[in-house]
Amino acid sequence: MKSTMLKQLTVGATTLGLAGAALAGNITVKGSDTMVILGQKWAEVYMKKNSGQTVQVTGGGSGTGIAALLNGTTDICNSSRPMKPSEVADCVKKFKARPHEYRMCMDGLSVYVHSSNPLSQLGIPQLEKIFTGKVTNWKDVGGPDAPISLYGRENSSGTYEFFKEHVLNKADFAAATKTMPGTAAVIQGVAKDKNGIGYGGIAYGEGVKHLKVSKADGGEGIEPTEENVLTGKYPIARYLFNYIAPAADEGAIKEYIKWCRSDEGQAVVKEVGYFPLPKNLR
Amino acid sequence: MSDGPGPSTLDPGAGLQPAPALLPSQRPGRPPRAITRRRPRWTEWLIERGIFGVSLVSIVMIFLIFAFVAREALPVILGKTNNSRAQKQIPADQIANAKPEALAAYLGMTVAELKNYDAETLKTLVELKGEELAHSTNPDAALNTTTWRMMFQPYPWHGYDKPEYIWQPVSEVPKYNVVPLFIGSLKATIIALLFSIPLAVGAAIYVSQLANPRLRELIKPMIELLSGIPSVVLGFFALIVLATWLHVVFGYPSRLNAFVAGIALGLAVVPIIFTISEDALTAVPKSYAQAALALGASPWQVAWQIVLPAAIPGVFAACVLGFGRAIGETMIVLMASGNATIMSASIFDSCRTMTATIAAELAEVVFGGDHYRILFLLGALLFAVTFVANMVGDVVVHRLKASLEGKG
Repeated sequence: MKSTMLKQLTVGATTLGLAGAALAGNITVKGSDTMVILGQKWAEVYMKKNSGQTVQVTGGGSGTGIAALLNGTTDICNSSRPMKPSEVADCVKKFKARPHEYRMCMDGLSVYVHSSNPLSQLGIPQLEKIFTGKVTNWKDVGGPDAPISLYGRENSSGTYEFFKEHVLNKADFAAATKTMPGTAAVIQGVAKDKNGIGYGGIAYGEGVKHLKVSKADGGEGIEPTEENVLTGKYPIARYLFNYIAPAADEGAIKEYIKWCRSDEGQAVVKEVGYFPLPKNLR
Repeated sequence: MSDGPGPSTLDPGAGLQPAPALLPSQRPGRPPRAITRRRPRWTEWLIERGIFGVSLVSIVMIFLIFAFVAREALPVILGKTNNSRAQKQIPADQIANAKPEALAAYLGMTVAELKNYDAETLKTLVELKGEELAHSTNPDAALNTTTWRMMFQPYPWHGYDKPEYIWQPVSEVPKYNVVPLFIGSLKATIIALLFSIPLAVGAAIYVSQLANPRLRELIKPMIELLSGIPSVVLGFFALIVLATWLHVVFGYPSRLNAFVAGIALGLAVVPIIFTISEDALTAVPKSYAQAALALGASPWQVAWQIVLPAAIPGVFAACVLGFGRAIGETMIVLMASGNATIMSASIFDSCRTMTATIAAELAEVVFGGDHYRILFLLGALLFAVTFVANMVGDVVVHRLKASLEGKG
């Protein structure tokens, strides 16, 4: 008798499990390394709320995510930069329509130096000169007499391209820039190099010093705080995006993105260390 | 026999092959067996053919891999690619007037492909192309940067003071000069070999000639265990620990550089060179050493002046294999070299190798695009370099052998 009950229970459980699996969707999210932490946190909270729904988040860089969206290997593409016209054109060729773009949250790009560095702020023009290799000694920007050691990201990174476009005015990074796989590696490099300087998302940054950034050299240094980023005062702030194929913008995927942009999802953004969308954009 | 007796004076007729051991059946006091119960010949034939087939398959595989890599790189090798953006803009309201050929070329597709899209989509595409062209203000945009000249010679790019070798594949004007990557690979490899050859060959001499048997049984497996460490672990060790140590000891400006990567690579190469050299040294007939010892040479003299010269072809072959491993290694250099594409002779500057470039960039390139093809070109170059190195190594080994055997 007991065994029969057990059997029934097992069968019942299996049926339930199967039913759950049938109802459940599996959403894959791929792209920006900057957004991996955030994406995983969103997925975790969302999956806890909606049992049966799975969300898989992986990184690789914004370029990788866009390539994956084009190749159909991901549902949602995380991107830390807007798509380039040539990429939109590729999407149009593939999907016969423009991809749907959603702003997910805001990020201030931080500039990090070693914690022993006496500098507290740099201007955008100074950053441009440093990262294009025109200035190679800290004393030229008001620091000690020491060579500047540059850390940057791989060229698949959206952060790389954002920095290049908005700080370097599209010029090339200096050849001496050490390219690191991921923001965490940049932080690690800068934390161990007393002449180091690097850039990356605001949510990272244990063990290094964040510099204030001013629009002009010697101007008022702005800290990457929520207020400064949301009001646009901080010069290197950006939106983080999600892109999806137009045909996929329905059902579970639509629900998920909607939830991420809701107050509940934006609370997660704050928890991770990025900045929530202004109320009017949610 | 005063000092430094050449191996060729030592009974050249004996050669390097050890004397054939006695077969069990030839040992005295045992009845012959096995001879009478031979396997039927056709199974032997089958086994032989099977082994031949397997070796043939591996040869075919090598050629297939090379053919695949070369095929992807072929358009670049033949100079068939063109990424120049000197096109005249077609306004979106002029689509109807534009010739289909011109429109197709403008959008980078064939005339047949054009028919897949309706008017609305085409209009969007033309608008986007216009946006893309308006976006680029760089005077170099009209250049085709995928030619041989651009890939191997310096060019005075816009925004640079003098002609330079630049690898910047993601840029307003993609720059695909492979020379810095080649230099980076060579730098890391040479440092690795300079570090590992003396260590590994020295250890091989010690273990095979000088160490007592118990010590040998301890050291040999320990060094060989080193080859079991995954390269990603070695790379991680180099990134976190080795880089910091060496930085403190040498005090150079850049913490991650070719030197750190080379030393870590050397650790990966040591077991290969050690194992093969040790085998070569052990294979030198004992009679050589015994003859020298009988004439009053010290064990060190025997090892250094008799056994090592006799085993030099094997040791050289070990170094060639070590070179192949070092130049092909990816994970260690990706993690420890700093990956900056600098052209510099200093070993304390960061470097970016060809392998690390392929590993870091291949995942995100557009399939079939110029960047993709040039990464394959790098792969083909790497293949060619190791192939040539192995071939030269083989020729040298044969020459050495011939001269040792007194035929040279």
